[in-house]
Amino acid sequence: MSPRLNYFRIFLTFARNSIVRDMTFRANFLIDCLSTITWSLMDLGFYILVVFRQTSQIGKDTGWGEWEFYTFLATTKLINGLVQAFFMPNCEEVSELIRTGNLDFALLKPIDTQFLISLRKIDWPALSHIGVGSILLSISVWHITHREDPAQITLLTGVLYLFYILCGVAILYSLMISLAATSIWLGRNESLYDFWFYITNFSRYPMEIYSGRIGSPLRGVCTYIIPVLVVVNVPARILAQPLLLRSDSEAKWLPLFTAVAALVCLALSRWVFYTALRSYRSASS
Amino acid sequence: MLPRLTTWWTILRISLQERLVYRGDFALGTLMRFLPIVTQIFLWYAIFANLGTGVRITGYTYEELVVYLLLTMVARAFSSMPGLASTIARQIRSGDIKKYLTQPVDLLGFMFLSRLAHKLAYYIVAIGPFALVFFLCRNYFTHLPDAPQAAAFAASLVLSFLLGFYLEACIGMVGFWFLEVTSLLFVYMLFSFFLSGHMFPLDMLPQPFGEIVQYTPLQYLAFFPAQVFLGKIEGWALVRGLLVEVAWVTFFIVLSRILFHRGLKRYSGYGG
Repeated sequence: MSPRLNYFRIFLTFARNSIVRDMTFRANFLIDCLSTITWSLMDLGFYILVVFRQTSQIGKDTGWGEWEFYTFLATTKLINGLVQAFFMPNCEEVSELIRTGNLDFALLKPIDTQFLISLRKIDWPALSHIGVGSILLSISVWHITHREDPAQITLLTGVLYLFYILCGVAILYSLMISLAATSIWLGRNESLYDFWFYITNFSRYPMEIYSGRIGSPLRGVCTYIIPVLVVVNVPARILAQPLLLRSDSEAKWLPLFTAVAALVCLALSRWVFYTALRSYRSASS
Repeated sequence: MLPRLTTWWTILRISLQERLVYRGDFALGTLMRFLPIVTQIFLWYAIFANLGTGVRITGYTYEELVVYLLLTMVARAFSSMPGLASTIARQIRSGDIKKYLTQPVDLLGFMFLSRLAHKLAYYIVAIGPFALVFFLCRNYFTHLPDAPQAAAFAASLVLSFLLGFYLEACIGMVGFWFLEVTSLLFVYMLFSFFLSGHMFPLDMLPQPFGEIVQYTPLQYLAFFPAQVFLGKIEGWALVRGLLVEVAWVTFFIVLSRILFHRGLKRYSGYGG
């Protein structure tokens, strides 16, 4: 049996265990799903009731009109849903595993430690983000393909969109696991974990809004040094095709950069994880 | 009275020391909290830029909106109680709450003092970053409150601390009945995130939503103090607002006591 197949089967076992656990507390599961959906609706409400009542687009001449932006928002939901479902419940625990010394149990198992640590639990209710995201995406895509000068969506666009969503997930995961691993050095790092939230917060809006004296350097840093801005922007642009962006030269090669960045981030995070692991001194045993 | 004050002082001091153990983590955390507001400001800048210069959105100029967002940060520094409800609920579930029952220490009083100490420690560390951010944004402060407004602002901040504390304490106390309050807490967080006004000024909401949010206590956690500072609430409306806030605080203090009292009767001491 090839090792790859093994890992996939282990992953399925993790998934099954998680769903069994979730189904033990069925009411809780339903409430979790409902609250996730409510959260999304309220977030959407902010844009429907406040933002787009005042303005026709986000930023002057950016092309992020109402439906283009909802495409963007849906993309954010899909990516966040994937990260929250698969990686967040696990990375959250890394700091605690290290502090209590329970990481020993993971290290002893004859399996790749990063894999085990990253995917042990699956937060099934978080997948309702994906449900909400998909519905919003379908409605938005219908609107942008029926606007004046409609967006051209082909099979290739669809494939690229999915590919860049995975790139985005890879970048966010890399950042998260790297930050989680640093708690080996720092003992406790709830703030670093918050840092992940705060830094990825930058990815929630079209990158065009970061302009001007402070905005442009910020945009540079968050694109090329910590590539959080490309996470949602690149797939969303591929689909929404905000018209005024077509003249932007940077927009043409940003997708290529994103694909490379995703690979580099994954490699870097693996390096950080295993370097940090070497400093692990089983704390309490 | 004196022994009680000594107890209070000891609890306060211990909590302050405990809070300052992980200083590095703590200082870093304080600075991080300013990051989301940067995105918010850029978003609003982009919205205002599309509308042209000098335009007002429901009465707010761009400058006022930036100040508003900064002020909600100040208000949240007083009213947000991270982990309070979940701590109470966890202690009920794990049985840790027994230590308050066997010792001559009141659970709510102890929690209140340790939270006060956490806040004090936070202000000691946070005053630096706050001063820096406010100094950098000094040009946005086109309106400065006069003495009565400043006093009302200070009062609204203290009240928002009390409101935040007792509101979350009440949610934690629900743990006596449900054991697991994560979902309830999530719903509370959800509503407080949007309806306390730290995302956007609540008066931007169209009717009937704008009307509805005026009746929730959540607006006092961020929206109301910021409005007071900006001078958007004046005269009788200001007095009335403060009185309603006092009423809400009293309501939640009484409710938390009732819940605690009733809860203890149900409590059966799980855990070892």
